[in-house]
Amino acid sequence: MAINYDERIPNNVELSSNKTLQRALEQWQPSYLDWWREMGPDNSTNYDVYLRTAISVEPNGWAHFDYVKMPEYRWGIFLAPGEQNKKITFGDHKGDDVWQEVPGEYRSTLRRIIVTQGDTEPASVEQQRHLGLTAPSLYDLRNLFQVNVEEGRHLWAMVYLLHAHFGRDGREEGEALLERRSGDADNPRILTAFNEKTPDWLSFFMFTFATDRDGKYQLASLAESAFDPLARTCKFMLIEEAHHLFVGEQGVSRIIQRTCEVMNELKTDDPAKLRAAGVIDLPTLQKYLNFHFSVTSDLYGAEISSNAATYYTTGLKGRFEETKLADDHKLDNSEYEVMDVAGDRILSRHVPALTALNERLRDDWVTDIQSGVSRWNRVPEKLGVNFKFTLPHKGFHRKIGMFADVHVAPDGRLLSEAEWTHQHKNWLPSEEDRLFVHSLMGSCLEPGKYANWIAAPNRGINNKPIDFEYVRFN
Amino acid sequence: MNAPSVQSELARQHVIDPEICIRCNTCEEMCPVKAISHDARNYVVNFEICSWCNACIGPCPTGAIDNIRNVRKDQPYSLADQLGWDVLPGFTEYDNMAVGSATTEVPDEVQRITDVATAGQGGQALAPWSASHPYVNLYGPNNPVTATVSGNYRLTAEGASSAIHHVVLDFGTTPFPVLEGQSIGIIPPGTDANGKPHLLRMYSVASPREGERPGYNNLALTVKRVTEDHDGKPSMGVCSNYVCDLKKGDQVQVTGPYGTTFLMPNHPGASIMMICTGTGSAPMRAMTERRRRRMNQKEGGELMLFFGARTREELPYLGPLQQLPKDFIDINFAFSRTPDQPKQYVQDLIRARADKVAAMLADDNCFIYICGLKGMETGVLEAFSDICRARGMDWETLRPALLKKARFHVETY
Repeated sequence: MAINYDERIPNNVELSSNKTLQRALEQWQPSYLDWWREMGPDNSTNYDVYLRTAISVEPNGWAHFDYVKMPEYRWGIFLAPGEQNKKITFGDHKGDDVWQEVPGEYRSTLRRIIVTQGDTEPASVEQQRHLGLTAPSLYDLRNLFQVNVEEGRHLWAMVYLLHAHFGRDGREEGEALLERRSGDADNPRILTAFNEKTPDWLSFFMFTFATDRDGKYQLASLAESAFDPLARTCKFMLIEEAHHLFVGEQGVSRIIQRTCEVMNELKTDDPAKLRAAGVIDLPTLQKYLNFHFSVTSDLYGAEISSNAATYYTTGLKGRFEETKLADDHKLDNSEYEVMDVAGDRILSRHVPALTALNERLRDDWVTDIQSGVSRWNRVPEKLGVNFKFTLPHKGFHRKIGMFADVHVAPDGRLLSEAEWTHQHKNWLPSEEDRLFVHSLMGSCLEPGKYANWIAAPNRGINNKPIDFEYVRFN
Repeated sequence: MNAPSVQSELARQHVIDPEICIRCNTCEEMCPVKAISHDARNYVVNFEICSWCNACIGPCPTGAIDNIRNVRKDQPYSLADQLGWDVLPGFTEYDNMAVGSATTEVPDEVQRITDVATAGQGGQALAPWSASHPYVNLYGPNNPVTATVSGNYRLTAEGASSAIHHVVLDFGTTPFPVLEGQSIGIIPPGTDANGKPHLLRMYSVASPREGERPGYNNLALTVKRVTEDHDGKPSMGVCSNYVCDLKKGDQVQVTGPYGTTFLMPNHPGASIMMICTGTGSAPMRAMTERRRRRMNQKEGGELMLFFGARTREELPYLGPLQQLPKDFIDINFAFSRTPDQPKQYVQDLIRARADKVAAMLADDNCFIYICGLKGMETGVLEAFSDICRARGMDWETLRPALLKKARFHVETY
């Protein structure tokens, strides 16, 4: 299935055969480009960036590398190839044919799901727009821009669904996606985590590690949807998302490596000495992990959710790897264990599995994020540094769900308000920590040079050397 | 492990670097033969199943997938071995040894034909740096893919002494990804004089990567009906006659794709000099068509074509070529048997355009492709040599430099 680049909007959905839709998207395109110029990466419009562009959805076509000016990136609409006679795999409609059109009764729910997912894409571009000014290397700058253009493409994917299947409402939602602004008091992005700042590169790497991984799990469960265009869209987006996870995991890993190297050189684990040597001490990295883990945890919503149950039974949103799970895929009679707060204790109880689907997806994400943290831990281990990163308790620093009204320490102890006030700066980045990290940020843009606080990667992009000129500034 | 007595006991094994892999599942998702699996710890490749199609390589966000170890065929790293790794095993003595031809996936006859065809390059070729990553050997003589003929047209005039056909093969729903410059194998039906199945014959693909018709899973070939051997003695080519006689709807056994180096550059500003005769025009048509379809992208880079045939009537694709805009491609036709005209060969035209040819030889963004009959090779190389000499350059030192930069590609037969 080739992508038609001769049209204004590259696509593999035969856009030219639906003139109304094509015109609607062609009208949206200039607004999108205006948004990109205004809210995309700072001062970057004239850079030639060594980017991966999808030129077809087949394995050999979607990873095409070349220098591209970002406003000329071929944003388009790509759906993973369809399967013939595909059936719904879960919920009340299990066994029926998948839907190619939106059933009337699910219209508003599906629209909300798509808008919520779509809103995160431009939001993260906005959050990251100033990072290019302090990139630790050309390699990292290129990775940032790759993430940005692909988030932009993900917005395209969602807007396509809105325009193609939701008529006038969909078009209005498409406009609104370009009007909200991350962190804007009057017209903010929908989800809280996407209104937080991404003020420095450590935050960026932690964000792509933790929060883009939430994206992976949300997309994966939508890729099971009975609404086939949504499923196929998300399936292709997942492939792009993998690169974002890589940027985060490998970015933090390189920071850990550099810190451990300096710890060995100076024979110290004193944060003050390490900070003086211009690297980020490991306890500070742990605090950033605690912050991003807990803030992203909230994105999954409340542990017990009737909305989540409805999404599932109606076939709108499945579980992670739904078809690989061995059960009845209806969950009418199964249970799932969730944590609860009872007085001064945290305990677990069994609830109907249908209502616990948010928690289940969060648990899948925690497992995945834990294995990433375990891989980070190999770095100090290998360099002979005695330090282990750990994930905080699921109830730590939560604003949504069972734990919203209590304070939980990283080790799972319930805390009084006074204890929390007294101790939280040991667990979350303080203003001072953030200022320190900020002080390290400075642009390092000579090919092959890496800022002092981060190690060079052990291989380049697309097998290019690590001193390759990944971005040309013209 | 005991050292193997012959290198053919060795095989290449595709392995994933557990230190770099982020367990994103993309490779497992992409693998068409389900050779990749995982547990909670590692992603691993099954040695028995992996067919080296490389569908996993490009999509891998980390490069972790792009690792190879030479192993004894009977002692590859098992799945259990790989699932237990924290780091890749080190290289062994086997990694310094060439893996014997008996273990390579490329059929012997393909290797032999390729070796002969590329001899004129004067050394090992590489693919241009901006070439797309090719798929090779997805289908071999033991598991050919069945293609359906969706068109067969004679390109040369009915009266012309050579019959050249444009044949379109459709692969239906079977993946058969090709790039411009690659070849495919066709296995003619029946058996040879010794009662053995016919060996495959190779044909260059004449259509661009997205299909003869964009969006369709098809490709085109340019095939000349062989009626005499190299010495001019009457001889009916088994496969070419089979292919030229195919009717719409007929089914054909196809292997390949083949070819990892005779590939076009993709970066904006890349120039291409194409020199061909007869059916050697197939890869040139593929590249030209690729560029034509992308013309509105205004990527720049010149196309220059030297195309030789005996007469106008025998030149395949003459009409469509003549309709291309002059600022898109600089076309030079040479006809060696036009009545009442002096014989003209491609090398004569190359000499006539010496200034531009020299400039293109010196331009690192220009990539040169020669394809056609062996007979043209000497003349073309002499022309290059003369052009260089007249400008104080030395072809004998230039050619290795061109090869090193993957700018010089020859396929002659």
